[in-house]
Amino acid sequence: MNTWTGAGFQILQSVFVVLAAPLLMGWVNQCRAWLQNRSAPSILLPYYTLAKLFHKDAVVARGASPLFRATPYILFGCMWLAAGIVPVLATGLPFAPAADIIALVGVFALARVFSALAAMDTGTSFGGLGARREMLIGFLAEPAMLMTLFTAAFISGSTQLTTIVDTLARREFALYPSLAFAAVAFLMVLLAENARIPIDNPATHLELTMIHEAMILEYSARHLALIEWAVAIKLFAYMTIGIALFVPWGIAPAGDWGALPTAVGALVAKLALAGAGLALIETLLARLRLLLAPEFLSSAFLLGVLGMLTHFLVQG
Amino acid sequence: MSLLHAALSPLGGALALALAWLAIAAACLLRARNAAFARRLAFPLGALVGLVLAAVGLAAVWLPVQVMTLPLGLPDLPFHLRVDPLAGFFLMLLGSVSAGISVYAAGYFRAEPSGRLALIAFQYHVFLASMAFVLLADDAYLFMVAWETMALASYFLVITDHREAVNRSAGFLYLLIAHLGALAILLCFGVLHGGHGDYSFEALRAAQLQPPWATVAFLLAFFGFGAKAGMLPLHAWLPEAHPAAPSPVSALMSGVMIKTAIYGMVRVIFDLIGNVRWEWGLVVLVVGAGTTLFGVLYALMQHDLKRLLAYHSVENIGIILLGLGMAMVFIGFGHPAAAALGLIAGLYHTLNHAVFKGLLFLGAGSILHSSGLRNLNDMGGLIHRMPKTAFYFLVGALAISGLPPLNGFVSEWLTFQAALQATLLQNGIVRSLLPLFAATLALAGALTAMCFVKVFGVAFLGQPREPAHASSLPHAGDAGDMERFGMAWLAAACFVLGLFPTSFLLVLNRVAVTLGGRGLSDQALSGSGWLWLVPTAADKASYSPIIFLVVIVAVTLLTLSLVRRFFHGRARLVDPWDCGYPEQTSRMQDTADAFGQPIRHVFGPLYRMQRALPGPDDKAPRYVLKIEDRHWYWLYLPIARAAEYVSSKVALLQQGRISIYLLYSFITLIALLVFVR
Repeated sequence: MNTWTGAGFQILQSVFVVLAAPLLMGWVNQCRAWLQNRSAPSILLPYYTLAKLFHKDAVVARGASPLFRATPYILFGCMWLAAGIVPVLATGLPFAPAADIIALVGVFALARVFSALAAMDTGTSFGGLGARREMLIGFLAEPAMLMTLFTAAFISGSTQLTTIVDTLARREFALYPSLAFAAVAFLMVLLAENARIPIDNPATHLELTMIHEAMILEYSARHLALIEWAVAIKLFAYMTIGIALFVPWGIAPAGDWGALPTAVGALVAKLALAGAGLALIETLLARLRLLLAPEFLSSAFLLGVLGMLTHFLVQG
Repeated sequence: MSLLHAALSPLGGALALALAWLAIAAACLLRARNAAFARRLAFPLGALVGLVLAAVGLAAVWLPVQVMTLPLGLPDLPFHLRVDPLAGFFLMLLGSVSAGISVYAAGYFRAEPSGRLALIAFQYHVFLASMAFVLLADDAYLFMVAWETMALASYFLVITDHREAVNRSAGFLYLLIAHLGALAILLCFGVLHGGHGDYSFEALRAAQLQPPWATVAFLLAFFGFGAKAGMLPLHAWLPEAHPAAPSPVSALMSGVMIKTAIYGMVRVIFDLIGNVRWEWGLVVLVVGAGTTLFGVLYALMQHDLKRLLAYHSVENIGIILLGLGMAMVFIGFGHPAAAALGLIAGLYHTLNHAVFKGLLFLGAGSILHSSGLRNLNDMGGLIHRMPKTAFYFLVGALAISGLPPLNGFVSEWLTFQAALQATLLQNGIVRSLLPLFAATLALAGALTAMCFVKVFGVAFLGQPREPAHASSLPHAGDAGDMERFGMAWLAAACFVLGLFPTSFLLVLNRVAVTLGGRGLSDQALSGSGWLWLVPTAADKASYSPIIFLVVIVAVTLLTLSLVRRFFHGRARLVDPWDCGYPEQTSRMQDTADAFGQPIRHVFGPLYRMQRALPGPDDKAPRYVLKIEDRHWYWLYLPIARAAEYVSSKVALLQQGRISIYLLYSFITLIALLVFVR
């Protein structure tokens, strides 16, 4: 593979993720509506919402610092970067060695810190409340996420996501008990990190129970659009990380244009299933009380640790 | 001619620079009446000396080891000096970080009266020189002399404001724990020395100890230096002494002085004792993990900014210990490449912490200077009044939170990579323990991010929280030029250390080679370039902060330009949304205490809390919360009480009557006659 093909693959993949992310959001919303016996909105609704928001006049709180206005762009940049790291369609991309799974967790942490700071910038009580809760979820979820990723890293002997996927995708089919633990832990982290039920309710409009929504209460128009879009990319990135770690089959090696249609087909099928699964979880479960979130996430952490220990036990 | 030659060598240069610091100190005393001398000349010159010392230290890393014997000291006990890559690395740390702090100090002390300032400048430069001598010493005698000079100089700096009783008792506590540590170090040298009469490090290195004695020496060195480093449970002086000292001094103590303890630990354990056992590594790891978690959890509970930063120093010492402990475990099991990685991670974090903690203390000093506030709960909205300080503080906050692409992330990443080498180990239990220590680090990193969101959000963002202080805050201007220059220097270092990690990796690799005989694997060294950081092998792990930064900046700017191009950029300024409740005041914002509430909920049993809730009919409701360190109640106070009890019993001997004392002499004589015969 020469550099230009690789770079072409890389740009193609990250633009694909950025553009396709709202579609996944629309699919999840549609599935949830069906499951709840509502008539579903169009799958393209997130795009319409984004277009509408971009055309509105932005309303900025008096007394906000430049940090407030810069944050949506930083968030979007962070998520775009994350979309470049995760092997979505192909492994062995040229950008992949620049950041491994630990750096990936670092990107998400960077985005979280900036959104929490922006929430505290206007000096309203809800902003601070949201920031505090978001950081609570963050510090609980981050170690659990790392433990899950470390399990996979121990199996493949590498922290490069692309090497991990290569190892896991090209192995003969074997059941790794450690990966089963890690998968459950990862699912719990995914729900928490993306502000989904049972930790947060993305559809809520009740200020006292909000986490993510409380943080972005002051944002409007293009700033809000960028944040919503970044949230969609984050969900997409998390789902593709999960796919890469636990069901990596079908992914194309970089530069292999022939394998690309298969890779796209496999990805769409897996994401459709994952989105429907997410909608199912959100329909079946109720939102936990905020003070139960630590219990939820510490069990995710323990599952991650258990997965790692199982790996050491089984490997002997 | 030979003198010139000696001065140009790293050892001679470092010695000359340390003496230059002493000369500046002496000059400050001679010109005590002249405040401008200390401010305009002494501190900038001290900074210049620091800068040159950093260059000399860097050169020493790459040059062969040099030794020198000075015609000073006691008869038959001359001072030995030596500079090797380890000392060179720490000289670089001392020089470069103190350069920024000295420039800052030149601006910070602008309002001090001349006599006081001369004294501060004297102690400050003696403090710097003594740290240099600690790093240069090659025998236990000079080491202890320099170590004690350092403790005393910093003690007098801590009690600069000695008229306040709080500062005096903080100073006393510091001096007490420092001397307990010094005592342990002295005993450690005694154990190593084994009665040969030669206290040079060369002789101590050559001594062959029995394993039990080696373990005793290790424990003495670990806890002796740990007392200075602020390791659990000997950390109690740190949160008292740092807030008491003037801010540049806090920066110097937290940034550099506690690093000399890390230097001592590495020097004595890895170099002098040698033959490191993996059990020692486990001890270091357990203490390090405890220190890390304890430090960050207590930092989250603080609302005094400098106290909070002091607790973060405790935490970061723990992170450094995690790296060193992993190195010891790997050495013990015979994996030198992985051990080198652990050592490099620990030492890299030492340098990083020196830089960003120095920066944060300087930022705290600027806030204190211009607004007179140290309590976070009184601050708010400072970003509007001091935007430049806010920017530097933000850089420090992001760096300490371990966020890419700044420097804190690099050393934490290396520590994680060292932990992931656990698969090499044969011992199943240790192998599964190592990733758990990595999990501790992950938890601590995320908690640190929370803590600095709290600090930056409460201090710089929002609006002033206390109406009483709002009137004083508008006068708060940004920091002066010299202060800003000092902060900018350290902030730039955060970027350089974060973006060009490989250069420092190679420096540290050389340190590891000279200490342990082997460095990183060849694959790691061939894979690493200015762009890529590769700790083990290119297909196992790599990180490129420059590409990371370029991509994130490029896509952010691309987004900005696309949004600007396709959509109008109109924005209206309005009041923040009041949720339909117009009676909002600035006291309804989150305070530092409020931000810690979820932590108090999750980790409640760890704290000793006293809460006072306001009653329903309170006209001016105040929520009072007091968090105390449990160590005081199970460790320090019982020991203090026991000491008081014992001394009260000993005092019974002192009757104050001459006949009683004669009786004592008589009894002693009789006893001697009976026993000696």
